[in-house]
Amino acid sequence: MPLARWWPRLIALPGSSSIGTVDVDAQEWLAAAGDVAAAGGQLLALWTTLEHDADAHATVRAALLADSRVLVPTLRVAAAGQPYPGLQGFFPAATRMQRASFDLTGVASDDPDRRPWLRHAAWRHDQHPLRDDLPHVTDAPRMVDAYAFVRVDGDGVHEIPVGPVHAGIIEPGHFRFSIVGEKVLKLEERLGYVHKGIERRFSELPALEGHRLAARVSGDSAVAYSWAYCQALEGLSGAAPPERAQYLRALCLELERLQNHLGDLGALGNDAGFAFGLAQFSRLKEELLRAMHAAIGQRYLLDAIVPGGTAFDLRDSAAATLGAAVHGIGQSVLELRRIYDEHAGVRDRFVGAGEVTPELARRLGLIGLAGRASGQAVDLRTDHPCAPYDVLRPVKYVQQAGDVAARVAVRFDEVQESCRLVAAILSLLPQGDVRVTVPSPRQRALAIGLVEGWRGPVLVTLETTADGGIHRCHPHDPSWQNWPVLEHAIIGNIVPDFPLINKSFNLSYSGHDL
Amino acid sequence: MIRTLRRIASTGIVSEPPPDPDENLRVREALQQEIRALLGRALCIRQVDAGSCNGCELEIHALNNPIYNIEGLGIRFVASPRHADMLLVTGPVSAHMAMALRRTYDATPDPKLVVAVGDCGCSGGVFGESYASLGAVSRVIPVDVAVPGCPPSPTRLLQGILTAVSARRPASPG
Repeated sequence: MPLARWWPRLIALPGSSSIGTVDVDAQEWLAAAGDVAAAGGQLLALWTTLEHDADAHATVRAALLADSRVLVPTLRVAAAGQPYPGLQGFFPAATRMQRASFDLTGVASDDPDRRPWLRHAAWRHDQHPLRDDLPHVTDAPRMVDAYAFVRVDGDGVHEIPVGPVHAGIIEPGHFRFSIVGEKVLKLEERLGYVHKGIERRFSELPALEGHRLAARVSGDSAVAYSWAYCQALEGLSGAAPPERAQYLRALCLELERLQNHLGDLGALGNDAGFAFGLAQFSRLKEELLRAMHAAIGQRYLLDAIVPGGTAFDLRDSAAATLGAAVHGIGQSVLELRRIYDEHAGVRDRFVGAGEVTPELARRLGLIGLAGRASGQAVDLRTDHPCAPYDVLRPVKYVQQAGDVAARVAVRFDEVQESCRLVAAILSLLPQGDVRVTVPSPRQRALAIGLVEGWRGPVLVTLETTADGGIHRCHPHDPSWQNWPVLEHAIIGNIVPDFPLINKSFNLSYSGHDL
Repeated sequence: MIRTLRRIASTGIVSEPPPDPDENLRVREALQQEIRALLGRALCIRQVDAGSCNGCELEIHALNNPIYNIEGLGIRFVASPRHADMLLVTGPVSAHMAMALRRTYDATPDPKLVVAVGDCGCSGGVFGESYASLGAVSRVIPVDVAVPGCPPSPTRLLQGILTAVSARRPASPG
């Protein structure tokens, strides 16, 4: 099998034997992507790094998951040279990553879609924030921002522009619907409104302090990001967090999954007109947050995971109380699932809405939770596990229908599984320290952290400078892959179902806009 | 149906009393008398995410749960700034959202209040000021109350909102 030819050439990255780079030329770059796509693998991320030799060279990398390994083809290009070959032919989601990469670094791909993606009006088209020292913005830029939306013509076709400020308590972004009657013919997304210069900010921080910013890339996935960041940093430093800290990190990750799933299940009931669901689930979520605050000292775990381990320890009595609370919540959710399943009105809204067939999901590269609801059976906790998931062995839940009902069902299943994992972690929790000292990271080296957050795989790349700083850090959210699929999920549905369908994906704006 | 009703009955009423206002959160006092006279005890809030990481939004959502039960206090979140008395704004204000934030402020009828939320809304937080971030909300629109925290708890948020609509001094007639 052609994929196998890459494995002998892999050079393992520090900290992980199953993530490796391979230097490629332009032809091999396409061949590697083609082999992974043909083997049913996934594109995890694509990013560009301007090299240490100032303006002369850049490196384009992709992280490709296949066969429980991550292949990172590494293509060196002249920074101002010919466009490099884009991967959009194998992985359609690469398009936006390549456009964003150009906005930030000035290194262009040969993708025919040359529209800006993260750049609106805050900087000029010939400026690139990761290359040029741009002045601080002092006032709202004049929005003379004419983005070329794709127009749909025909009898009775009209457009509904929505956003960036939305009607609910949600993040900002723009949606352009082309509709006829109530039916959606096309949705085009425009994101980038919450671009706040995260990648540039990383390069101003010492590597040992980047975890706080990582936790705030997308606040709902703080544990996933800070853990992935620490994995990469610990790989470069040769530090091994104590076993107890590994279990506590997994505890945090499962609690974060529970928080988000409880919130979403309530909001999805509400969007289907079942306010009872929101009241019940938001109460359960508050119960969980209070139990976490009592045990860990934080409601949201933005400062729980630190280089070398965790910022907190768990007393035995606190562990018992937390375990009991999580068990009780799991039991309540079982009861609520029966109510959701038996409610004709809720089923009517959920079933068949926003369908993404497994075939479409595979072709477009849908990943994470939404991918599992469309038959894409990948979960890093089982397919690329870090400690202690190799011991915990989570069960992977998959649905085939790919509609709102399937994404709800996966959440219900994962709530039960996370409750089971919390109980297992608390019973297996090893004694000992929760933190080791992390020495300075290796100079001018690259490492990658990879964690299955509640939404899907979260990847953080970390490259150091010669003096302990961050040369390049690219945090990558699964929303990059899944936002384009939402545009397909809504086709043929009616406009009033969009909030429900959108919520069933619940993608991140901040994690994507960076 | 019977299962739903049984669940409602067994859950009961879980709402808790609201916290007291906290003067330390107040940044400025403008138009207070006039606003209070107009608002009475009904307040409509439009939330604006001007660049946040979405952490603050999670806690703002919690205000609507049955425990904080903000609607029970006569306060509700509305879908348009034209219906709002108060903007609840999270930051840092990204350059790409600054114009939308200013337009939202302009679309909110006078008299109006602004509560800046979170460390980022108060000062820019970990993101600071850069080519893409203006930092604090007060750099773009006038702020009456600022609630720090990362993210601030629902109790602190409620304190901030109640501080904005409460009097610093005993109210004079009118």
